[in-house]
Amino acid sequence: MNLISKELLQAKNEPLNYFNKNSLIIIGLVVLGLFLYPFISPSKFALHLLMMIFMHAVMSQSWNVLAGFSGQISLGHAIFFGIGAYASGYFYTKFQITPWVGIIIGIAISAFVALLIGIPMLRLKGHYFAIATLLIGISFQVIFQRWSEVGGSAGLYVPINRDSPWLSMQFHKSKVSYYYITLVFFIITFFLVWLLNRSKLGYRLKAIRDQSEAASSLGIHVSKYKVIAFIISAMIMAPMGSIYAQYVLIIDPNNTFSVDISILVLLISVMGGVGNIWGPIIGSSILIPISEFSRIYFGGTGRSIDLIIYGILIISICIFRPSGIVSLIPKSFREREKAK
Amino acid sequence: MTSQVIIQAIISGILMGLIYALIAAGLSLIFGLMEIVNFAHGDHLMISMFSTFWFWMLFGIDPIFSIPLTIILMAFLGVFTHYFIIRKILNSTMLIQICATFGLAVTIRALAQFFFTPDFRTIKNPIIQGKLEIYGIFIGYPQLFASFICLFAFILLYLFVTKTETGTALQATSQDRQAAEILGIPSNKMFALGWAIGLSCVAVAGSMLSNYYYVFPDVGVNFSLFAFVAVALGGFGSINGSLIAGVIIGIVESVGGLLIDPSYKLLYVFAVYLLVVILRPQGIFGRY
Repeated sequence: MNLISKELLQAKNEPLNYFNKNSLIIIGLVVLGLFLYPFISPSKFALHLLMMIFMHAVMSQSWNVLAGFSGQISLGHAIFFGIGAYASGYFYTKFQITPWVGIIIGIAISAFVALLIGIPMLRLKGHYFAIATLLIGISFQVIFQRWSEVGGSAGLYVPINRDSPWLSMQFHKSKVSYYYITLVFFIITFFLVWLLNRSKLGYRLKAIRDQSEAASSLGIHVSKYKVIAFIISAMIMAPMGSIYAQYVLIIDPNNTFSVDISILVLLISVMGGVGNIWGPIIGSSILIPISEFSRIYFGGTGRSIDLIIYGILIISICIFRPSGIVSLIPKSFREREKAK
Repeated sequence: MTSQVIIQAIISGILMGLIYALIAAGLSLIFGLMEIVNFAHGDHLMISMFSTFWFWMLFGIDPIFSIPLTIILMAFLGVFTHYFIIRKILNSTMLIQICATFGLAVTIRALAQFFFTPDFRTIKNPIIQGKLEIYGIFIGYPQLFASFICLFAFILLYLFVTKTETGTALQATSQDRQAAEILGIPSNKMFALGWAIGLSCVAVAGSMLSNYYYVFPDVGVNFSLFAFVAVALGGFGSINGSLIAGVIIGIVESVGGLLIDPSYKLLYVFAVYLLVVILRPQGIFGRY
């Protein structure tokens, strides 16, 4: 019992994981600002950039839920991104089912796949699990490249529909609607993860992460909860795939099931701070602008300057500040609270 | 399908497997020493292939003569990597270690793309070329030569680790770091040596591969995946295990491709990994 209550105390003392009055006001203002932002008619690029930041923050949060809550490191999270993209795209292309339903189908399939992968794989420890997910992620890519029903390696082209933008979830005139959709998903996801962090389930998961033997001796079913964390994580990832597919309207296995996505979500989380719900936002706000701006200034000629910067940043973070950039902030918060 | 075709597939599988084995041995050695999986291993292979390519392109040195140069280069790179990156993350969590080597992989690959462009290159007219025919079975000389050199390097590595004093010190460090330090074995130097040897293995494999394989920035990806599988199959940290495992993987790859469908080659090897880690997590020769 001792260990769990210690964990509870620690969680309560993590300043950024609970809100006091001031931080609630700040968050409220930021959210309001983000909602009002399109009214000052910003450039298309600004909307695109913010959208990408939200999207990657959610994707990375999905990874962070698994790593931060259960301590398992997945190197194949693009699986669920790809499933989300293919679910909405395939059902819209073949059966004219609206992508809104497609998103839900994608979430359901992802959860099911996470269950199937999770039960045998989550018993593996450390490197074995990481490498297994890496290999499974690539297997999905190989299978979708050869699967002619979903377009093989050429992928699916979502048919253009100009008559009913909301029903077909395609907005050709402006990016504002896409912006709002991702913003809403972003806020919902972070609210749910925040709730999870404070819930009984969250405490159990963290107990497993820190002291799995102690947790198991207290009657917590370790592998069951790890699978649950994996499923939650997959369900967060899938809608982002669907939204991305509706945004670019082309779904191909090389982009959606790409190892690069799996690695990017990991790097964003580590950059921001693993296990902290603000980590993904911070990491994504730093890394995504780098890649978007480098694409503007250097062009997308395969001369991957953004990746060079990413790599060097990540290595430096690992060496100098392994707990991520977020660890720079709480310190000052903590000091201020003490002063009170 | 005649038996000849199957024998052909098995032989080319063994030849390729010996190369996988040497790459995996380097990975396994590093893991055994400090419990760090070098996710940049494939990219180190890519560097050594490019190094061989540039020695040939700029100075006209044939791959079989540039092996020592590439080994020296990669050994220095290994020590350098250890000194500037790995040394600082030795006591970090596994996640940070994975991230650091992944970051290294991303950086190396991006730098290679930046400087060398993603083009495919080949070494034209190397000294060793042509093929051998025995009873209707074809074996390319470059492949045969590469496997022999890899096997030879493997034997040297094995003798070094088991018979020499430094090798024994290396083993001692990998078994118990603290105890070895008490006996006066500087673990930091041993780690640096481990990285130098690990990357030298890759250097040999890389220079031999570039005799007949395309050289491009992403070339290491599949090799490193197969090396992970080989290391898991042979048992993390077991060098002998990686030899057998490498050969098994080579055979699974080529025979599976022949019997079922060559476009799913990767999946057969991955299936082997998943089966092994679920059924026998310590691998064939695992020490756990």
